Amino acid sequence: MPSSWTIKDLEHWDAKIREKVEEFGLSCFPQEFAVCDHEQMLGYMAYQGMPAHYPHWSYGKSYEKLKTLYNYGVTGLPYEMVINANPALAYLMGANSLCLQILTIAHVYGHNDFFRNNFMFRDTRPELALSQFKLRADRVRRYVEDPSIGLQQVEEVLDAAHALSLQCRRDTAIRKLSQEEQQTQALAAAEPPHDPFASIHKPQQYEAPDLHKVPLEPEADILLFIAEHNRYLAEWQKDLLHMVHEDAQYFIPQIETKIMNEGWASYWHHKIVNSLDLPENLHLEFLVHHNQVISPHRGSLNPYHVGFNIWHDIQRHYDEPTDEEIAQYGAPEKSGMDKLFEVRETDRDISFLRRFLTERLMREMDLFEYQRKGSRYVVSHVSDEEHWQTVKETLLHNTGMATVPMIRIIDADHEHNRVLLLEHEHDGRGLHPEYVEKTLGYIYRLWGRKVLLQTVVGDKPVTLSYDHAGFGRRED
Amino acid sequence: MTDTVFRPYSESDALRSDRSAGDRVRHRQKVRDAIRENISDIVAEESIIGQSRDKIVKVPIRGIREYRFVYGEDEPGVGAGDGETKPGQVISTSDEGEGQAGTAGDRPGIDYYETEITLEELVDIMFEDLALPDMERKKLREIPEESARKRKGFRKVGIRVHLDKKRTAISRIRRKVATQKAISDEDEAPRFPFHRDDLKYRRLVRDIRMQSNAVVLCIMDTSGSMDTMKKYLARSFFFLLYQFVRTRYNNVDVVFIAHHTEAREVSEEEFFTKGESGGTMISSGYHKALEIIEERYHPSLWNIYAFHCSDGDNWSHDNAATLKSARALCEISNLFGYGEIKPLNSGYYGESLLKFFEKIKATNFQALLIEGKNDIWPSFKTFLSHEQVAETATY
Repeated sequence: MPSSWTIKDLEHWDAKIREKVEEFGLSCFPQEFAVCDHEQMLGYMAYQGMPAHYPHWSYGKSYEKLKTLYNYGVTGLPYEMVINANPALAYLMGANSLCLQILTIAHVYGHNDFFRNNFMFRDTRPELALSQFKLRADRVRRYVEDPSIGLQQVEEVLDAAHALSLQCRRDTAIRKLSQEEQQTQALAAAEPPHDPFASIHKPQQYEAPDLHKVPLEPEADILLFIAEHNRYLAEWQKDLLHMVHEDAQYFIPQIETKIMNEGWASYWHHKIVNSLDLPENLHLEFLVHHNQVISPHRGSLNPYHVGFNIWHDIQRHYDEPTDEEIAQYGAPEKSGMDKLFEVRETDRDISFLRRFLTERLMREMDLFEYQRKGSRYVVSHVSDEEHWQTVKETLLHNTGMATVPMIRIIDADHEHNRVLLLEHEHDGRGLHPEYVEKTLGYIYRLWGRKVLLQTVVGDKPVTLSYDHAGFGRRED
Repeated sequence: MTDTVFRPYSESDALRSDRSAGDRVRHRQKVRDAIRENISDIVAEESIIGQSRDKIVKVPIRGIREYRFVYGEDEPGVGAGDGETKPGQVISTSDEGEGQAGTAGDRPGIDYYETEITLEELVDIMFEDLALPDMERKKLREIPEESARKRKGFRKVGIRVHLDKKRTAISRIRRKVATQKAISDEDEAPRFPFHRDDLKYRRLVRDIRMQSNAVVLCIMDTSGSMDTMKKYLARSFFFLLYQFVRTRYNNVDVVFIAHHTEAREVSEEEFFTKGESGGTMISSGYHKALEIIEERYHPSLWNIYAFHCSDGDNWSHDNAATLKSARALCEISNLFGYGEIKPLNSGYYGESLLKFFEKIKATNFQALLIEGKNDIWPSFKTFLSHEQVAETATY
């Protein structure tokens, strides 16, 4: 591959960048870079960046789609891809210029620091990530090659499991209670509240809670629940469900911090490269690329753009507050830099936007809400005084895991007939009718008995069902 | 912090790393299956009718979607503008709106995509769908034809162009190894030239193959009552028949016969575009077909497929003659069909010949009613199922 730089050049600039990384106080995993061409990059992208991943036709589809878009010039390729692992692994596009490589290397250290320090990533076990993916891949291949199982059956389970992979608990920082703890909690909750005048009141009724109900508390981890409670599943089927669940758990932190993470990396590549004393021609080229990366995408949301602006605004708020801000919030207690490091540890996109996306920023970025009218997308609200909060709420609904409907298992033995009862936690947004039908079909396939889902269509509560006869719907 | 590692680009890795190949194949298979499921919709699409075989057609398929729980398409989203966005402004239309839909996985997007395949492949899929058994062709209707020569083994003499160098070299080595013991004592390895016995020539034999011929007779009523819609339906049916016959015979001819009260042999273009006026005498079309068969397509050499499309309006005094000639056609053709085209909502419901044709008892005859696009594929299937019956009857 012809290129204007050598590995030596990269090592030279990497050493300089690392000096800055340490000087600014970022704390990173050791870093590895692999140079690749566009075919390889497409391959990595199709498999979520993983060097080893189990096979499934959906990755073939995603490859074809990426490749078509790339060939027709609809989308370019990313400059880099970073894997949350220890040591962190990043791919560099071999065809990029030296300047882009410098920008990218600095950007990668930003992601690396974020992976290592943000609370969402604490349970992702980065030192094992790559080998875990490899092991899962080997297991799936073994099942496919097993003559008593085979591709068809493996695919049936994987198709269904993929459909449910994001149906899981959101608040991963809160420990999931064990069965006993849930029982203790249920007993405690059933206890009548303490009444200081018990002697003169009628004794309160004590109703014993049903401790045999399954699940005791509504359960959001659908795949895990099915693997645990459907005893007709074979071991390999349960294993596949666990596998898909673990895969998703690894990626959810990245879904939940897209804006913060990209903003953070952009903030740092900008700061680091500016402090490097690049020769003037390289520096000008850098500015061009940097502006491209963080420019708004008209009509949609560029996480680099939004994140970069918010991080800068947080720093400005603490280092150079305006008089109004002092009047409203008091003088800042810490330096901007301290605040930045604090936020990168304790927030995810939803809280980050909620806390730091101000009305002024929204207006500066001209954020607006759009809605479909017929076949057209039409602007419904802009960030003016009256509506900026509406726009912000909509944005929060479209951020991270808030884009996935929350569906929980209420009862695994409904009607005393092993019917699985699910409830959709309705927040004003309706489910996509065609997708609901097919996804319920997948749950039915895994559960093996009738499945019910309580949701709201229009304004009416509706129970959707799926059993051997297919999809059904009943208005309550 | 340990040192950063840089792994340089290695071309051999890149060549080996087509990791998604297997998954792509599987995806293509699923697309193919999806096409098969939607075949009757696709056949009804106008674009594929009357195209040449290597032409690439775009087939709309309801993509291989990955379903999950998602919110509906009417939920609002948020975007960034250029600073001058006003409420009510249109940002995009949903045809091109896929890119607008925010981060991955949050919207169903437009997964309705088109795949490109050649007509050839499509026709293969179509007939796979029919699951027809491989039927042996009728012996009588095949003529032997000497085609290219076929390889069959090797021999020691021959002309130079037939020399098989690889085998010759191998047999020399074999001979060398066999004689090695005797010469191994000498220090200097002597030259070991080719010997006449080493030479191997490919042996070619003449191959006689059976050439099978088929003729498709498209007979259509072009009287005034046949409008564009009716002609289109007829055309779709003829197209399928032609493609089907093509998959099974080496040499296929098509004859177009247009008739009103008189019949003429016409070109394809005329057949489908020119309208005529006047009444209908179906027997004229059948007579013409019989005449053409007599002249050019002798039934002992040709497999004959005839199909007639009409809207069922026939002069009643012609019916007897029609029946007689239809029976004659049945006798000499592999398959003979009559399709009555009565589009729904055509307003006018004239006479029907379907009842009348019930009098023909031949197993290779079939009368069908075609009311709309969606009937074409099912009726075509029924039509062909009669061929199976007819062929098993002959054996």
